[in-house]
Amino acid sequence: MTSRPRPKHHRSTARASGIARWGTVPLLVAAMALAIGPADVDAQSGEIPRLADGRPDMNGIWQALGNAHWDIEPHTARPALAMQPGPVVPVPAQGVLAMGAVGSVPSGYGVVDDGAIPYTAAALEQRDENRAEWLDRDPEIKCYLPGVPRATYMPFPFQIFHSERHVFFAYEYAGAVRDIYMEDPGEAQVDSWMGQSYGRWEGDTFVVRVDGFNGESWLDRSGNYTGYGTIVTERYTMRGPDHIWYEARIENPETFERPWSISMPLYRNVDPDARLGQFKCVEFVEELMYGQFRKNPIRGDEGR
Amino acid sequence: MTALRGAATTLAIAFVLSAPAAAQERYEPPRLADGSPDLQGNWSNATMTPIVRPRGLGPVLTAEQVAALEQGRQDFIEADLTASDPDRGAPVAGGEFTGDPIWDAATGGTGGYNQFFVDAGDEVAVIRGEARSSLLTYPVDGQRPPMTAEGRARQAAIADFNRQFEQYDNPENRPLAERCIMSFGSNGGPPMLPNYFYNNNYTIVQTPDHVLIMTEMVHDARVVRLGEPSPLPHHMRPWMGDSWGHWAGDTLVIETTNIHADQILLGMSAAAFAPSEGITVTERLVRVSEDHIEYTFTISDPILFEDEMRGEVPFTRLDGALYEYACHEANYAMENVLRGARAEEARDNGNEPNRR
Repeated sequence: MTSRPRPKHHRSTARASGIARWGTVPLLVAAMALAIGPADVDAQSGEIPRLADGRPDMNGIWQALGNAHWDIEPHTARPALAMQPGPVVPVPAQGVLAMGAVGSVPSGYGVVDDGAIPYTAAALEQRDENRAEWLDRDPEIKCYLPGVPRATYMPFPFQIFHSERHVFFAYEYAGAVRDIYMEDPGEAQVDSWMGQSYGRWEGDTFVVRVDGFNGESWLDRSGNYTGYGTIVTERYTMRGPDHIWYEARIENPETFERPWSISMPLYRNVDPDARLGQFKCVEFVEELMYGQFRKNPIRGDEGR
Repeated sequence: MTALRGAATTLAIAFVLSAPAAAQERYEPPRLADGSPDLQGNWSNATMTPIVRPRGLGPVLTAEQVAALEQGRQDFIEADLTASDPDRGAPVAGGEFTGDPIWDAATGGTGGYNQFFVDAGDEVAVIRGEARSSLLTYPVDGQRPPMTAEGRARQAAIADFNRQFEQYDNPENRPLAERCIMSFGSNGGPPMLPNYFYNNNYTIVQTPDHVLIMTEMVHDARVVRLGEPSPLPHHMRPWMGDSWGHWAGDTLVIETTNIHADQILLGMSAAAFAPSEGITVTERLVRVSEDHIEYTFTISDPILFEDEMRGEVPFTRLDGALYEYACHEANYAMENVLRGARAEEARDNGNEPNRR
């Protein structure tokens, strides 16, 4: 797989090595520069709003645009997330057939900085099994909390509440929340879906170390996962009043050959009346999860 | 943490009893850069004062009544904290009950919980030096006001509809908290009231144009926008409604409309009700000391009730982190209570229970 183009201001080692590699292909560099043109982060960066303490003011409603929530790796469009063998080619599985094109997976150029996730061989097998068993296994289907970084690029906005002393993230999906501790909380006392977040500033970049995960959350709808013991280091860098450049470094030697990163822009909802919606989806999945235990099941065991 | 908080509160009570109004008026709250009082941090509204006033009590308890109530609660807690006898037998068939309806419902009479897991509030609520017998202060008898004819008709219609079900027929027949949709009782509200069981904790974060109030139970985040309201259309009714706030001097005033028709307000009390489309809840938060926010609320639902309701609740500063309350993700109980009911029906019908 090829590396995806990135804005030139990425600060991580991975990005620097990527630029060096691209640098050996002058034509592509030229094409990339042309493609990036208007989106060049310096060219578009206006004044960054700041709090009274001088820190960048991240207050607002933000959302990642794109298709990372389907599959964070580069992928072409495909008929559905759940497939079954067909006489000629695989076809959508019965469980998703009625969705038609609404259940199809749009293509995406990926948000993994080096293209592919460096799974260990065993972990890659697990990922592939997750993908094959998506309908039964993806926590999103049951409205479970999304974990980090998946919460960031779900197809829902999230709101940052940011004062001099506190930073708090509220996500529309499943009403997930994160209180970002600004003093070192020490080792996480309990495992959790959203992990324990410890934030600090490196210049104008807000860096959040997240650990204490229960290891149950996934990265997307394609079976990608991180496993128990994962440490995620997020970097939020405002590139102007309405953009945050988001990076997340993911470490877990049990699952990955080496640490790896994703990155993507987050966009502010600039509508002055913008507000976070409510998507408390627990009630939406009760029929799926408990329907068969009703006194009078609506559809019995059909399709299960 | 509870013991420490208890000691601090006892001192605070003694202090305000000796010099009530003057001391509170002099308190200068910490302020944000924009000058508004800083309410941020973690807070608890746990108390043993019930929402509705027990019959026979006046609005304010005497020192003797407070001592007796709090000692009674301590005795109950300590008795439950004693080590279990490893040789004890099985619980009595049908369960052993204490007479405390919330405790009995939670434990099922079989020791489903013990005090290790519970932080129900072991102190009487004190507001401006008064030890309160109920959180409701108006109507003056501390009870829910009479319902309107329309309110009674709606209540009867709901009862009629529900009469077709047994309590374990469907997931939707179970309470919102058991379904992991809302917090126990009225924790999320509004109004935000204690649940008399555990995790009565809140996180407040303020920005110049928003106040975020996160309820630990079911991680419910209330986003309160400050400024001139731009209300939601009538048919949009989020679970905790549409909240708009403003500062009136040093008081944060929050007005909420459009509360979900299935939400239960004043839960864990005899006054519990589901709001009508005409409800407005007004909350006022004032930081009265380093360790306390005075929280007052007014419920106006003229479609359902002939009068409004008002109440007051102390919020106490919590020096500790809140853990994630991931309820739904491990709600094995929902599946099991439904399966249990199906097994019972199969047994009663002379069939083998389905053991899937």
